[in-house]
Amino acid sequence: MSVPEELHYTAEHEWIAISDATARVGITDYAQRALGDVVYVTSPAQGTRVTAGEPCGEVESTKSVSDIYSPADGEVTEVNPEIDEDPGLVNSDPYGAGWLFKIKLDAGDQLPPGLLSAAEYATLTAEEQ
Amino acid sequence: MPDPQSIGPRRTPLAAVHVDLGATMTDFAGWLMPLRYGSETAEHKAVRSAAGLFDLSHMGELLVTGDGAPAALDYALVGQASAIQPGRARYTMICATDGGVIDDLIAYRLAASEYLIVANASNTSIVAGELAERVRGRGAAVTDRTADYALIAIQGPRAAGILARLTGADLDQVRYYSSHPATVAGLGALLARTGYTGEDGFEIFVSPQDAVKVWQALTEAGTGDGLVPAGLAARDSLRLEAGMPLYGNELGREVTPFDVGLGRVVKLGKPGDFVGRAALAERARAEPTRELVGLVGHTRRVPRHGYPVLWDGESRGTVTSGVPSPTLGRPIAMAFLAPKVAAEARSADGASQGRLAVDVRGSAEPASLVPLPFYKRPTGH
Repeated sequence: MSVPEELHYTAEHEWIAISDATARVGITDYAQRALGDVVYVTSPAQGTRVTAGEPCGEVESTKSVSDIYSPADGEVTEVNPEIDEDPGLVNSDPYGAGWLFKIKLDAGDQLPPGLLSAAEYATLTAEEQ
Repeated sequence: MPDPQSIGPRRTPLAAVHVDLGATMTDFAGWLMPLRYGSETAEHKAVRSAAGLFDLSHMGELLVTGDGAPAALDYALVGQASAIQPGRARYTMICATDGGVIDDLIAYRLAASEYLIVANASNTSIVAGELAERVRGRGAAVTDRTADYALIAIQGPRAAGILARLTGADLDQVRYYSSHPATVAGLGALLARTGYTGEDGFEIFVSPQDAVKVWQALTEAGTGDGLVPAGLAARDSLRLEAGMPLYGNELGREVTPFDVGLGRVVKLGKPGDFVGRAALAERARAEPTRELVGLVGHTRRVPRHGYPVLWDGESRGTVTSGVPSPTLGRPIAMAFLAPKVAAEARSADGASQGRLAVDVRGSAEPASLVPLPFYKRPTGH
Protein backbone atom coordinates (compact mmCIF):
# COMPACT_ATOMS: atom_id res chain seq x y z
CA MET A 1 0.00 0.00 0.00
CA SER A 2 1.32 3.38 -0.99
CA VAL A 3 1.57 6.35 1.44
CA PRO A 4 3.61 9.10 -0.26
CA GLU A 5 5.94 10.90 2.15
CA GLU A 6 5.25 14.42 0.88
CA LEU A 7 1.47 14.35 1.47
CA HIS A 8 -0.64 14.94 4.57
CA TYR A 9 -3.57 12.76 5.57
CA THR A 10 -6.78 12.57 7.56
CA ALA A 11 -7.96 9.73 9.77
CA GLU A 12 -10.90 9.44 7.32
CA HIS A 13 -8.50 8.49 4.52
CA GLU A 14 -8.22 11.69 2.50
CA TRP A 15 -4.88 13.03 1.36
CA ILE A 16 -3.96 16.66 0.82
CA ALA A 17 -1.08 18.02 -1.24
CA ILE A 18 -0.28 21.58 -0.16
CA SER A 19 1.52 23.98 -2.43
CA ASP A 20 1.50 27.65 -1.41
CA ALA A 21 -2.04 28.48 -0.33
CA THR A 22 -3.84 25.92 -2.48
CA ALA A 23 -4.15 22.20 -2.03
CA ARG A 24 -5.21 19.17 -4.02
CA VAL A 25 -7.40 16.62 -2.25
CA GLY A 26 -8.09 12.97 -2.94
CA ILE A 27 -8.66 9.65 -1.21
CA THR A 28 -5.82 7.36 -0.25
CA ASP A 29 -4.66 4.11 -1.76
CA TYR A 30 -5.86 2.37 1.40
CA ALA A 31 -9.31 3.92 0.95
CA GLN A 32 -9.66 2.98 -2.71
CA ARG A 33 -8.65 -0.59 -1.93
CA ALA A 34 -11.18 -0.82 0.86
CA LEU A 35 -13.93 0.68 -1.30
CA GLY A 36 -13.39 -1.41 -4.40
CA ASP A 37 -14.17 -0.17 -7.90
CA VAL A 38 -15.25 3.47 -7.73
CA VAL A 39 -18.24 4.14 -9.98
CA TYR A 40 -19.24 7.67 -9.08
CA VAL A 41 -17.84 10.64 -7.20
CA THR A 42 -19.75 13.67 -5.95
CA SER A 43 -17.22 16.42 -5.26
CA PRO A 44 -18.09 19.79 -3.76
CA ALA A 45 -18.82 22.29 -6.51
CA GLN A 46 -16.40 25.05 -7.42
CA GLY A 47 -16.88 28.01 -5.07
CA THR A 48 -18.18 25.88 -2.19
CA ARG A 49 -16.89 26.59 1.31
CA VAL A 50 -15.55 23.43 2.94
CA THR A 51 -14.78 22.88 6.62
CA ALA A 52 -12.15 20.57 8.05
CA GLY A 53 -13.68 17.34 9.30
CA GLU A 54 -17.05 17.97 7.67
CA PRO A 55 -18.47 15.80 4.86
CA CYS A 56 -18.27 17.58 1.51
CA GLY A 57 -18.90 14.83 -1.03
CA GLU A 58 -19.33 11.13 -1.66
CA VAL A 59 -17.39 8.31 -3.25
CA GLU A 60 -19.62 5.53 -4.51
CA SER A 61 -18.15 2.11 -5.23
CA THR A 62 -19.71 -1.14 -6.35
CA LYS A 63 -20.39 -2.15 -2.76
CA SER A 64 -20.77 1.02 -0.73
CA VAL A 65 -20.89 4.77 -0.40
CA SER A 66 -18.47 6.80 1.69
CA ASP A 67 -18.44 10.45 2.63
CA ILE A 68 -15.49 12.61 1.66
CA TYR A 69 -14.36 14.73 4.60
CA SER A 70 -12.60 17.96 3.89
CA PRO A 71 -9.04 17.88 5.26
CA ALA A 72 -8.98 21.65 5.76
CA ASP A 73 -10.99 24.87 5.81
CA GLY A 74 -11.16 26.74 2.52
CA GLU A 75 -12.94 27.31 -0.75
CA VAL A 76 -13.14 24.87 -3.65
CA THR A 77 -11.40 26.37 -6.68
CA GLU A 78 -11.44 23.45 -9.10
CA VAL A 79 -12.94 19.97 -9.48
CA ASN A 80 -11.07 17.30 -11.41
CA PRO A 81 -13.03 17.18 -14.68
CA GLU A 82 -11.73 13.71 -15.61
CA ILE A 83 -13.33 11.92 -12.66
CA ASP A 84 -16.89 12.24 -13.88
CA GLU A 85 -16.02 10.49 -17.13
CA ASP A 86 -13.62 7.97 -15.60
CA PRO A 87 -14.15 7.44 -11.86
CA GLY A 88 -11.82 4.42 -12.08
CA LEU A 89 -8.91 6.92 -11.97
CA VAL A 90 -9.49 7.00 -8.20
CA ASN A 91 -8.56 3.31 -8.14
CA SER A 92 -5.80 3.29 -10.72
CA ASP A 93 -3.98 6.47 -9.65
CA PRO A 94 -5.36 7.73 -6.30
CA TYR A 95 -2.54 10.25 -5.68
CA GLY A 96 -2.17 11.40 -9.28
CA ALA A 97 -4.83 11.53 -11.99
CA GLY A 98 -7.40 10.45 -9.41
CA TRP A 99 -7.29 13.70 -7.43
CA LEU A 100 -10.78 15.02 -6.66
CA PHE A 101 -10.74 18.78 -6.07
CA LYS A 102 -8.57 21.77 -5.16
CA ILE A 103 -9.13 24.18 -2.30
CA LYS A 104 -7.81 27.63 -1.49
CA LEU A 105 -6.73 27.24 2.11
CA ASP A 106 -7.93 29.60 4.84
CA ALA A 107 -4.66 28.88 6.60
CA GLY A 108 -2.79 30.47 3.70
CA ASP A 109 0.68 29.02 3.42
CA GLN A 110 0.52 27.66 6.99
CA LEU A 111 -0.06 23.92 7.48
CA PRO A 112 -3.75 23.47 8.35
CA PRO A 113 -4.23 21.95 11.82
CA GLY A 114 -5.14 18.36 12.63
CA LEU A 115 -3.49 16.59 9.69
CA LEU A 116 -1.49 13.39 9.92
CA SER A 117 1.99 12.85 8.53
CA ALA A 118 2.68 9.93 6.19
CA ALA A 119 4.20 7.97 9.07
CA GLU A 120 1.23 8.64 11.33
CA TYR A 121 -1.21 7.66 8.61
CA ALA A 122 0.71 4.46 7.83
CA THR A 123 0.52 3.52 11.51
CA LEU A 124 -3.21 4.23 11.60
CA THR A 125 -3.99 2.05 8.59
CA ALA A 126 -1.74 -0.74 9.86
CA GLU A 127 -3.89 -0.77 13.00
CA GLU A 128 -7.11 -0.84 11.00
CA GLN A 129 -6.02 -3.82 8.92
CA MET B 1 -7.46 -23.08 26.06
CA PRO B 2 -10.11 -21.41 23.96
CA ASP B 3 -11.24 -23.15 20.80
CA PRO B 4 -9.00 -21.61 18.11
CA GLN B 5 -11.98 -21.30 15.76
CA SER B 6 -13.76 -19.10 18.26
CA ILE B 7 -11.02 -16.47 18.02
CA GLY B 8 -11.47 -15.45 14.39
CA PRO B 9 -13.46 -16.36 11.33
CA ARG B 10 -13.20 -19.91 9.96
CA ARG B 11 -10.77 -20.39 7.11
CA THR B 12 -11.54 -22.47 4.05
CA PRO B 13 -8.89 -24.90 2.77
CA LEU B 14 -8.13 -22.26 0.11
CA ALA B 15 -7.59 -19.28 2.43
CA ALA B 16 -3.81 -19.25 1.96
CA VAL B 17 -4.23 -19.41 -1.82
CA HIS B 18 -6.44 -16.32 -1.75
CA VAL B 19 -3.97 -14.39 0.37
CA ASP B 20 -1.15 -15.38 -2.02
CA LEU B 21 -3.27 -14.06 -4.89
CA GLY B 22 -3.49 -10.70 -3.12
CA ALA B 23 -7.19 -10.99 -2.32
CA THR B 24 -8.98 -8.51 -0.12
CA MET B 25 -10.37 -10.84 2.52
CA THR B 26 -13.57 -10.24 4.44
CA ASP B 27 -15.45 -11.88 7.28
CA PHE B 28 -18.57 -13.28 5.65
CA ALA B 29 -21.02 -15.29 7.79
CA GLY B 30 -18.17 -16.21 10.12
CA TRP B 31 -15.80 -17.24 7.35
CA LEU B 32 -12.71 -15.46 6.06
CA MET B 33 -13.53 -15.15 2.35
CA PRO B 34 -12.07 -13.37 -0.69
CA LEU B 35 -14.11 -10.24 -1.45
CA ARG B 36 -12.11 -9.45 -4.58
CA TYR B 37 -8.67 -10.21 -5.97
CA GLY B 38 -8.25 -7.04 -8.01
CA SER B 39 -11.11 -5.23 -9.70
CA GLU B 40 -14.48 -6.86 -8.95
CA THR B 41 -15.85 -5.32 -12.13
CA ALA B 42 -13.16 -7.08 -14.17
CA GLU B 43 -13.92 -10.34 -12.34
CA HIS B 44 -17.61 -9.94 -13.12
CA LYS B 45 -16.93 -9.31 -16.80
CA ALA B 46 -14.55 -12.28 -17.00
CA VAL B 47 -17.34 -14.57 -15.78
CA ARG B 48 -19.72 -13.18 -18.40
CA SER B 49 -17.21 -13.44 -21.26
CA ALA B 50 -14.86 -16.29 -20.28
CA ALA B 51 -14.82 -17.94 -16.86
CA GLY B 52 -14.35 -17.29 -13.16
CA LEU B 53 -13.19 -19.49 -10.30
CA PHE B 54 -14.91 -19.17 -6.92
CA ASP B 55 -14.21 -20.61 -3.49
CA LEU B 56 -17.60 -21.48 -2.00
CA SER B 57 -16.30 -23.69 0.78
CA HIS B 58 -18.21 -21.61 3.31
CA MET B 59 -21.49 -23.02 2.01
CA GLY B 60 -23.05 -25.64 4.28
CA GLU B 61 -23.26 -29.28 3.24
CA LEU B 62 -25.83 -31.38 5.07
CA LEU B 63 -26.18 -35.06 4.30
CA VAL B 64 -29.60 -36.61 4.80
CA THR B 65 -29.58 -40.39 4.65
CA GLY B 66 -31.87 -43.32 5.39
CA ASP B 67 -34.72 -45.21 3.78
CA GLY B 68 -37.11 -42.60 5.07
CA ALA B 69 -35.10 -39.65 3.70
CA PRO B 70 -37.30 -38.92 0.63
CA ALA B 71 -40.53 -38.79 2.62
CA ALA B 72 -38.87 -37.05 5.57
CA LEU B 73 -37.55 -34.28 3.29
CA ASP B 74 -40.97 -33.98 1.64
CA TYR B 75 -42.20 -33.11 5.14
CA ALA B 76 -39.25 -30.86 6.04
CA LEU B 77 -38.95 -28.81 2.82
CA VAL B 78 -41.47 -26.99 0.63
CA GLY B 79 -40.36 -28.92 -2.46
CA GLN B 80 -40.95 -32.55 -3.33
CA ALA B 81 -37.61 -34.21 -2.61
CA SER B 82 -39.03 -37.66 -3.30
CA ALA B 83 -39.70 -36.64 -6.91
CA ILE B 84 -36.04 -35.74 -7.60
CA GLN B 85 -34.39 -38.49 -9.62
CA PRO B 86 -31.07 -39.79 -8.24
CA GLY B 87 -28.35 -37.70 -9.86
CA ARG B 88 -30.60 -34.68 -10.21
CA ALA B 89 -30.96 -31.55 -8.06
CA ARG B 90 -33.62 -28.96 -7.25
CA TYR B 91 -33.65 -25.45 -5.92
CA THR B 92 -35.87 -25.50 -2.83
CA MET B 93 -36.55 -23.81 0.49
CA ILE B 94 -37.08 -24.67 4.11
CA CYS B 95 -39.87 -22.62 5.66
CA ALA B 96 -41.17 -22.05 9.16
CA THR B 97 -44.71 -22.99 10.22
CA ASP B 98 -45.83 -19.45 9.35
CA GLY B 99 -44.44 -19.79 5.81
CA GLY B 100 -41.39 -17.56 6.40
CA VAL B 101 -38.21 -18.63 4.63
CA ILE B 102 -35.57 -20.16 6.93
CA ASP B 103 -33.20 -20.69 4.01
CA ASP B 104 -33.05 -21.37 0.31
CA LEU B 105 -31.27 -24.58 -0.58
CA ILE B 106 -30.13 -26.83 -3.36
CA ALA B 107 -31.09 -30.45 -2.76
CA TYR B 108 -28.96 -32.94 -4.68
CA ARG B 109 -30.31 -36.47 -4.65
CA LEU B 110 -27.12 -38.52 -4.72
CA ALA B 111 -28.81 -41.93 -4.39
CA ALA B 112 -32.22 -43.38 -3.57
CA SER B 113 -31.77 -42.76 0.14
CA GLU B 114 -29.08 -40.07 0.18
CA TYR B 115 -29.43 -36.30 -0.29
CA LEU B 116 -26.86 -33.55 -0.14
CA ILE B 117 -28.48 -30.31 1.00
CA VAL B 118 -26.46 -27.15 0.36
CA ALA B 119 -27.36 -24.26 2.66
CA ASN B 120 -26.17 -20.68 3.01
CA ALA B 121 -23.19 -20.31 5.32
CA SER B 122 -25.06 -17.96 7.65
CA ASN B 123 -27.90 -20.47 8.06
CA THR B 124 -26.15 -23.84 8.03
CA SER B 125 -26.39 -24.60 11.73
CA ILE B 126 -30.01 -23.40 11.89
CA VAL B 127 -30.97 -25.54 8.90
CA ALA B 128 -29.09 -28.54 10.32
CA GLY B 129 -30.99 -28.20 13.59
CA GLU B 130 -34.38 -27.72 11.90
CA LEU B 131 -33.84 -30.65 9.56
CA ALA B 132 -32.72 -32.96 12.37
CA GLU B 133 -35.85 -32.11 14.33
CA ARG B 134 -38.17 -32.46 11.35
CA VAL B 135 -36.86 -35.85 10.18
CA ARG B 136 -36.81 -37.37 13.68
CA GLY B 137 -38.82 -40.60 13.80
CA ARG B 138 -39.10 -40.67 10.00
CA GLY B 139 -36.27 -43.07 9.20
CA ALA B 140 -33.68 -40.46 8.22
CA ALA B 141 -30.62 -38.88 9.79
CA VAL B 142 -28.96 -35.49 9.21
CA THR B 143 -25.23 -34.89 9.49
CA ASP B 144 -23.46 -31.55 9.02
CA ARG B 145 -20.61 -32.38 6.62
CA THR B 146 -19.53 -28.78 5.92
CA ALA B 147 -16.03 -29.41 7.24
CA ASP B 148 -15.66 -32.47 4.98
CA TYR B 149 -16.18 -30.59 1.73
CA ALA B 150 -14.43 -27.84 -0.13
CA LEU B 151 -16.62 -26.32 -2.83
CA ILE B 152 -15.09 -24.73 -5.92
CA ALA B 153 -17.25 -23.21 -8.65
CA ILE B 154 -16.16 -22.58 -12.22
CA GLN B 155 -18.66 -20.38 -14.00
CA GLY B 156 -18.86 -18.79 -17.40
CA PRO B 157 -19.23 -19.66 -21.08
CA ARG B 158 -15.79 -21.32 -21.13
CA ALA B 159 -16.23 -23.25 -17.87
CA ALA B 160 -17.22 -26.54 -19.50
CA GLY B 161 -14.37 -26.39 -21.99
CA ILE B 162 -11.81 -25.76 -19.26
CA LEU B 163 -13.17 -28.43 -16.94
CA ALA B 164 -13.31 -30.98 -19.79
CA ARG B 165 -9.49 -30.93 -19.93
CA LEU B 166 -9.25 -32.17 -16.34
CA THR B 167 -11.95 -34.81 -16.13
CA GLY B 168 -12.90 -38.04 -17.85
CA ALA B 169 -16.55 -37.28 -17.24
CA ASP B 170 -18.65 -36.58 -20.31
CA LEU B 171 -19.83 -33.11 -19.36
CA ASP B 172 -22.62 -33.19 -21.94
CA GLN B 173 -24.18 -35.87 -19.72
CA VAL B 174 -23.99 -33.62 -16.67
CA ARG B 175 -27.12 -31.62 -17.39
CA TYR B 176 -28.22 -28.40 -15.72
CA TYR B 177 -29.20 -29.14 -12.12
CA SER B 178 -27.67 -32.59 -12.06
CA SER B 179 -24.64 -34.03 -10.31
CA HIS B 180 -22.16 -36.69 -11.23
CA PRO B 181 -19.34 -38.40 -9.29
CA ALA B 182 -16.14 -37.94 -11.27
CA THR B 183 -12.46 -37.11 -10.99
CA VAL B 184 -10.96 -33.67 -11.54
CA ALA B 185 -7.20 -33.61 -12.05
CA GLY B 186 -7.21 -37.26 -10.90
CA LEU B 187 -8.92 -36.44 -7.60
CA GLY B 188 -12.34 -37.62 -6.53
CA ALA B 189 -15.06 -35.01 -6.90
CA LEU B 190 -18.78 -34.52 -7.23
CA LEU B 191 -19.51 -32.39 -10.28
CA ALA B 192 -22.75 -30.44 -10.20
CA ARG B 193 -23.98 -28.27 -13.04
CA THR B 194 -25.32 -25.53 -10.82
CA GLY B 195 -24.35 -21.96 -10.03
CA TYR B 196 -25.32 -18.52 -8.88
CA THR B 197 -24.08 -16.33 -11.70
CA GLY B 198 -26.55 -16.70 -14.58
CA GLU B 199 -23.87 -18.46 -16.61
CA ASP B 200 -23.27 -22.09 -17.47
CA GLY B 201 -20.89 -23.67 -15.02
CA PHE B 202 -20.10 -26.25 -12.42
CA GLU B 203 -19.87 -26.52 -8.68
CA ILE B 204 -17.22 -29.03 -7.69
CA PHE B 205 -17.35 -30.71 -4.28
CA VAL B 206 -13.96 -32.08 -3.25
CA SER B 207 -12.22 -33.26 -0.13
CA PRO B 208 -10.61 -30.35 1.78
CA GLN B 209 -7.12 -31.82 1.36
CA ASP B 210 -7.58 -31.83 -2.44
CA ALA B 211 -8.96 -28.30 -2.69
CA VAL B 212 -5.68 -26.51 -3.42
CA LYS B 213 -4.68 -29.06 -6.08
CA VAL B 214 -8.06 -28.81 -7.82
CA TRP B 215 -8.01 -25.00 -7.65
CA GLN B 216 -4.51 -24.87 -9.11
CA ALA B 217 -5.28 -27.42 -11.82
CA LEU B 218 -8.33 -25.41 -12.90
CA THR B 219 -6.30 -22.19 -12.82
CA GLU B 220 -3.60 -23.69 -15.05
CA ALA B 221 -6.12 -25.26 -17.41
CA GLY B 222 -8.12 -22.04 -17.74
CA THR B 223 -5.68 -19.16 -17.69
CA GLY B 224 -5.25 -19.23 -21.48
CA ASP B 225 -9.03 -19.02 -21.79
CA GLY B 226 -9.29 -15.93 -19.60
CA LEU B 227 -10.26 -17.73 -16.38
CA VAL B 228 -9.73 -15.50 -13.34
CA PRO B 229 -10.36 -16.02 -9.62
CA ALA B 230 -13.50 -14.15 -8.60
CA GLY B 231 -14.57 -13.01 -5.16
CA LEU B 232 -17.80 -12.50 -3.28
CA ALA B 233 -18.25 -8.96 -4.65
CA ALA B 234 -18.44 -10.29 -8.22
CA ARG B 235 -20.62 -13.18 -7.08
CA ASP B 236 -23.12 -10.69 -5.67
CA SER B 237 -23.30 -8.50 -8.79
CA LEU B 238 -23.53 -11.60 -11.02
CA ARG B 239 -26.42 -13.12 -9.08
CA LEU B 240 -28.22 -9.79 -8.95
CA GLU B 241 -27.99 -9.32 -12.73
CA ALA B 242 -29.34 -12.86 -13.04
CA GLY B 243 -32.28 -11.93 -10.79
CA MET B 244 -31.41 -14.52 -8.15
CA PRO B 245 -32.47 -13.83 -4.56
CA LEU B 246 -30.00 -13.61 -1.70
CA TYR B 247 -30.89 -14.72 1.80
CA GLY B 248 -30.84 -11.70 4.10
CA ASN B 249 -31.75 -9.36 1.24
CA GLU B 250 -34.67 -10.73 -0.79
CA LEU B 251 -35.27 -13.74 1.46
CA GLY B 252 -35.81 -13.96 5.21
CA ARG B 253 -38.12 -15.06 7.97
CA GLU B 254 -40.56 -12.25 7.18
CA VAL B 255 -40.79 -13.29 3.53
CA THR B 256 -42.65 -16.22 1.96
CA PRO B 257 -41.56 -17.82 -1.33
CA PHE B 258 -44.64 -16.24 -2.94
CA ASP B 259 -43.48 -12.72 -2.01
CA VAL B 260 -40.38 -13.09 -4.18
CA GLY B 261 -42.12 -14.66 -7.16
CA LEU B 262 -40.92 -18.16 -6.26
CA GLY B 263 -44.27 -19.71 -5.33
CA ARG B 264 -43.48 -22.44 -7.84
CA VAL B 265 -40.96 -24.00 -5.42
CA VAL B 266 -43.82 -24.66 -2.98
CA LYS B 267 -45.35 -28.00 -3.99
CA LEU B 268 -48.80 -27.67 -2.47
CA GLY B 269 -49.91 -30.66 -4.55
CA LYS B 270 -47.45 -33.11 -3.03
CA PRO B 271 -48.87 -35.88 -0.83
CA GLY B 272 -48.76 -35.55 2.94
CA ASP B 273 -48.27 -32.60 5.22
CA PHE B 274 -45.17 -30.42 5.28
CA VAL B 275 -43.96 -27.72 7.59
CA GLY B 276 -45.57 -24.44 6.55
CA ARG B 277 -48.24 -26.02 4.33
CA ALA B 278 -51.29 -24.35 5.90
CA ALA B 279 -49.74 -20.87 5.96
CA LEU B 280 -48.35 -21.19 2.45
CA ALA B 281 -51.64 -22.50 1.03
CA GLU B 282 -53.35 -19.47 2.57
CA ARG B 283 -50.66 -17.18 1.17
CA ALA B 284 -51.08 -18.72 -2.30
CA ARG B 285 -54.79 -17.82 -2.27
CA ALA B 286 -54.47 -14.35 -0.76
CA GLU B 287 -53.96 -11.09 -2.60
CA PRO B 288 -50.23 -10.34 -2.56
CA THR B 289 -49.21 -7.49 -0.30
CA ARG B 290 -45.90 -6.88 -2.06
CA GLU B 291 -44.11 -7.87 -5.20
CA LEU B 292 -40.41 -8.30 -5.94
CA VAL B 293 -39.54 -6.17 -8.95
CA GLY B 294 -36.51 -5.13 -10.96
CA LEU B 295 -35.47 -1.49 -11.17
CA VAL B 296 -33.00 0.24 -13.46
CA GLY B 297 -31.70 3.59 -12.26
CA HIS B 298 -31.51 6.53 -14.65
CA THR B 299 -28.64 8.25 -12.87
CA ARG B 300 -25.36 6.88 -11.61
CA ARG B 301 -26.34 6.94 -7.96
CA VAL B 302 -26.91 3.38 -6.84
CA PRO B 303 -30.03 2.20 -4.98
CA ARG B 304 -28.86 0.17 -1.97
CA HIS B 305 -30.44 -2.31 0.41
CA GLY B 306 -33.05 -0.58 2.56
CA TYR B 307 -33.55 2.56 0.47
CA PRO B 308 -37.21 3.59 -0.02
CA VAL B 309 -38.81 3.26 -3.45
CA LEU B 310 -40.92 6.31 -4.23
CA TRP B 311 -44.05 6.60 -6.34
CA ASP B 312 -45.23 10.18 -6.77
CA GLY B 313 -42.85 11.08 -3.99
CA GLU B 314 -44.39 8.64 -1.50
CA SER B 315 -42.56 5.64 -0.12
CA ARG B 316 -44.28 2.55 -1.55
CA GLY B 317 -41.54 -0.03 -1.36
CA THR B 318 -37.99 -0.88 -0.32
CA VAL B 319 -34.84 -1.82 -2.19
CA THR B 320 -33.58 -5.28 -1.24
CA SER B 321 -30.33 -5.30 -3.28
CA GLY B 322 -28.68 -2.83 -5.61
CA VAL B 323 -25.44 -2.60 -7.53
CA PRO B 324 -23.94 -0.74 -10.48
CA SER B 325 -24.46 -3.37 -13.18
CA PRO B 326 -21.24 -3.99 -15.10
CA THR B 327 -23.20 -5.56 -17.97
CA LEU B 328 -25.87 -2.86 -18.30
CA GLY B 329 -23.62 0.03 -17.33
CA ARG B 330 -26.36 1.40 -15.06
CA PRO B 331 -27.47 0.84 -11.50
CA ILE B 332 -29.86 -2.08 -11.04
CA ALA B 333 -31.86 -3.11 -8.00
CA MET B 334 -34.42 -5.55 -6.76
CA ALA B 335 -37.12 -4.09 -4.56
CA PHE B 336 -40.36 -4.95 -2.82
CA LEU B 337 -43.10 -2.76 -4.18
CA ALA B 338 -46.82 -2.45 -3.45
CA PRO B 339 -48.52 -4.58 -6.17
CA LYS B 340 -50.80 -1.72 -7.22
CA VAL B 341 -47.82 0.53 -7.78
CA ALA B 342 -45.95 -2.19 -9.64
CA ALA B 343 -48.90 -2.67 -11.97
CA GLU B 344 -49.21 1.06 -12.60
CA ALA B 345 -45.48 1.49 -13.16
CA ARG B 346 -45.57 -1.39 -15.62
CA SER B 347 -48.48 -0.04 -17.66
CA ALA B 348 -47.30 3.56 -17.75
CA ASP B 349 -43.67 4.44 -18.26
CA GLY B 350 -43.33 5.66 -14.73
CA ALA B 351 -39.89 7.12 -15.14
CA SER B 352 -40.70 9.29 -18.13
CA GLN B 353 -43.43 10.80 -16.03
CA GLY B 354 -41.00 11.09 -13.15
CA ARG B 355 -43.24 9.05 -10.89
CA LEU B 356 -40.98 6.12 -9.97
CA ALA B 357 -37.77 6.89 -8.11
CA VAL B 358 -35.49 5.63 -5.39
CA ASP B 359 -34.69 7.77 -2.38
CA VAL B 360 -30.90 7.70 -2.50
CA ARG B 361 -29.84 9.39 0.72
CA GLY B 362 -32.42 12.11 0.45
CA SER B 363 -32.38 12.61 -3.29
CA ALA B 364 -35.12 11.11 -5.51
CA GLU B 365 -33.25 9.35 -8.31
CA PRO B 366 -35.55 8.35 -11.19
CA ALA B 367 -35.84 4.67 -12.04
CA SER B 368 -37.77 2.35 -14.37
CA LEU B 369 -39.42 -0.91 -13.57
CA VAL B 370 -38.08 -3.75 -15.74
CA PRO B 371 -38.77 -7.48 -15.92
CA LEU B 372 -36.42 -9.81 -14.03
CA PRO B 373 -33.80 -11.04 -14.69
CA PHE B 374 -31.69 -8.08 -15.81
CA TYR B 375 -29.39 -10.45 -17.67
CA LYS B 376 -29.98 -13.71 -19.51
CA ARG B 377 -27.06 -15.54 -21.02
CA PRO B 378 -27.10 -15.87 -24.78
CA THR B 379 -28.52 -19.26 -25.75
CA GLY B 380 -27.48 -21.47 -28.62
CA HIS B 381 -24.46 -23.20 -27.18
